[in-house]
Amino acid sequence: MSRNRVLLFAGIAILIALPAVTPAYFLHLLIQILIWAFIYTAWALMGRFGFVSFGHGAFLGLGAYVPALLWNYWDVTPWLGIPLSVIAAVVLAVVVGYPCFRRRVVGHYFALVTLALSQVVLLSLIAARDVTGGSLGFTQKAVGHSWYALQFPEKGYFYLIALLLWLAGLLIWQRIDRGIGREALEAISDDEDAAAAVGIDVMREKMRVTIISAALTAIGGAIYGQYVMYLNPDTVSGIAVSLQIVFAAIAGGVYSLFGPSVGALLTLLLTEGLRVWFGTNFIGAANTIYGILLILCIIFMPQGIVGALQRIRLPRRSRAKPVAAQDGH
Amino acid sequence: MDIYLLEAIINGILLGGVLALLALGLNLIFGVIDVVWICYADIVMCGMYAIYFLYTQYGLPLPLAFAIAIAGVAGLGVLIHLLIIAPVLNSAPLNQLLATGGLLFFLQSFATLLFGTDFRNIGVRLPVLEIATIYVSFARLIAFAVALTGAVALYFFLKRTYVGTAIRAIAQDREIVGLMGIDQRRIYLVVSAIGGALAGLAACLLALQYDVHPFIGNTFGPVIFMICVLGGLGNMIGGFIASFVISQIIAIGGYYASTELSYVLAFTFFIVLMLIRPRGLFAP
Repeated sequence: MSRNRVLLFAGIAILIALPAVTPAYFLHLLIQILIWAFIYTAWALMGRFGFVSFGHGAFLGLGAYVPALLWNYWDVTPWLGIPLSVIAAVVLAVVVGYPCFRRRVVGHYFALVTLALSQVVLLSLIAARDVTGGSLGFTQKAVGHSWYALQFPEKGYFYLIALLLWLAGLLIWQRIDRGIGREALEAISDDEDAAAAVGIDVMREKMRVTIISAALTAIGGAIYGQYVMYLNPDTVSGIAVSLQIVFAAIAGGVYSLFGPSVGALLTLLLTEGLRVWFGTNFIGAANTIYGILLILCIIFMPQGIVGALQRIRLPRRSRAKPVAAQDGH
Repeated sequence: MDIYLLEAIINGILLGGVLALLALGLNLIFGVIDVVWICYADIVMCGMYAIYFLYTQYGLPLPLAFAIAIAGVAGLGVLIHLLIIAPVLNSAPLNQLLATGGLLFFLQSFATLLFGTDFRNIGVRLPVLEIATIYVSFARLIAFAVALTGAVALYFFLKRTYVGTAIRAIAQDREIVGLMGIDQRRIYLVVSAIGGALAGLAACLLALQYDVHPFIGNTFGPVIFMICVLGGLGNMIGGFIASFVISQIIAIGGYYASTELSYVLAFTFFIVLMLIRPRGLFAP
């Protein structure tokens, strides 16, 4: 325990000190890794219990666009805009999630309904091109260094924000992992009727984790938007980013604390590495290799990279549950 | 009635034909193998590229290019089954979905790598017919007719031939068919090939109407899944009807608002209907 604590604090200290010694390019990479790690962790909150949502692009899109639009058109500070975007994401999650769970939309059907949800947000953003700029994208009004506008040209600030966000995400993940709710959710994902029979409030548990997951994803989208200062419907919503979230989280492993973060680290390093290596002449190269790795990953390591490592290291009884097997079939 | 609205409705019906063809293929694969090929629209993209290169670069006559594309995509279907589906046949359904999702990434980016993101057109301009002051695209009319013929041919294949009967038997009860002396693995390969061939056929019809680019699958892939789910996954007749419902929403919505909004409408309609009838429109 104490050794772990020491390691933990040492790790955090190193992470906080990092910007002082890192070149701007690597800091930029680190910020992106942390933000996406946070988003993937948020997705894994649902994904690990077999609720495989392809709709997180919807929450991400709302999170990114709502504060940006409010800021540009009405000068509303992101400090207000971000909570509003979270509310919007939660409302959307409840409006779609509640009937979904009530009507037992599970497995393939759940995946495809949520996929439609993310397409709705994507196409709405494109259709409202007079306001959002459509496929051409949207740039926030820049005001230089400002806490009020949550804009910092200096990357160090965003690094700390992203780091804080990521740590908060891990904490929430761990709280759910260690709480009684986890047992309840695992029971639900194994057999909903049996879980209800032993007195688990199935709806409440499912809604709780869905709302948390949607809210965190919206926050992630908002911070991402504030950082890159350029939004494009295709990069923050729709089928492509939804699949990206699902795959990175699963590749890293959804059953372990650092799994989704490892997924973010590896996918971003892979993308960047291949981009630097091949240059821009081979724009598809990174994702081509990524796609092959994903297929191999799902065939040979369905519990993700971190899960596979744990399988080797840990004794049999504490192994992570294999495979996202708990959908309703 | 407004003449333009009528035109929109007719175009909607014609669009529904191609969507129905794709929904048939996806439903056939799902009904028999119990796997959703989330990359289905992307193998159509492969077929369209094949037609583009065979026709414009290698100067093959168009019918030959079409035939090769259909055969090629059918072969691709078999490959997908052997390389990706077969290893995960016994794992969780969602893992199967994700494996084909990985293939979606692969196909889109590999196409980007090979061909770039340019929009390419085979440059065949078919005339626009004018029937009683209503303009109807000839390409769409052909697509509709061919799609319907394909659907009918598939129906007779499934009803009248030995292999077709075996396919339907597997869809009904995959445990028992083994006892009836049916080789499941062989049937799976046949179904993957037919599914691929239907995608190839759709590629021919779409190549006449649209430019091909690596991400074209994203534009109509989600619509096909929506149609299949709406009709009830694996329910071919349901999917067939749902194609025309959805294509009408898209066409009429496009007439009154914009194309994107019509898709928003269609997806919202889908979500709402799923919440009312979670197993599809035509579930018992």
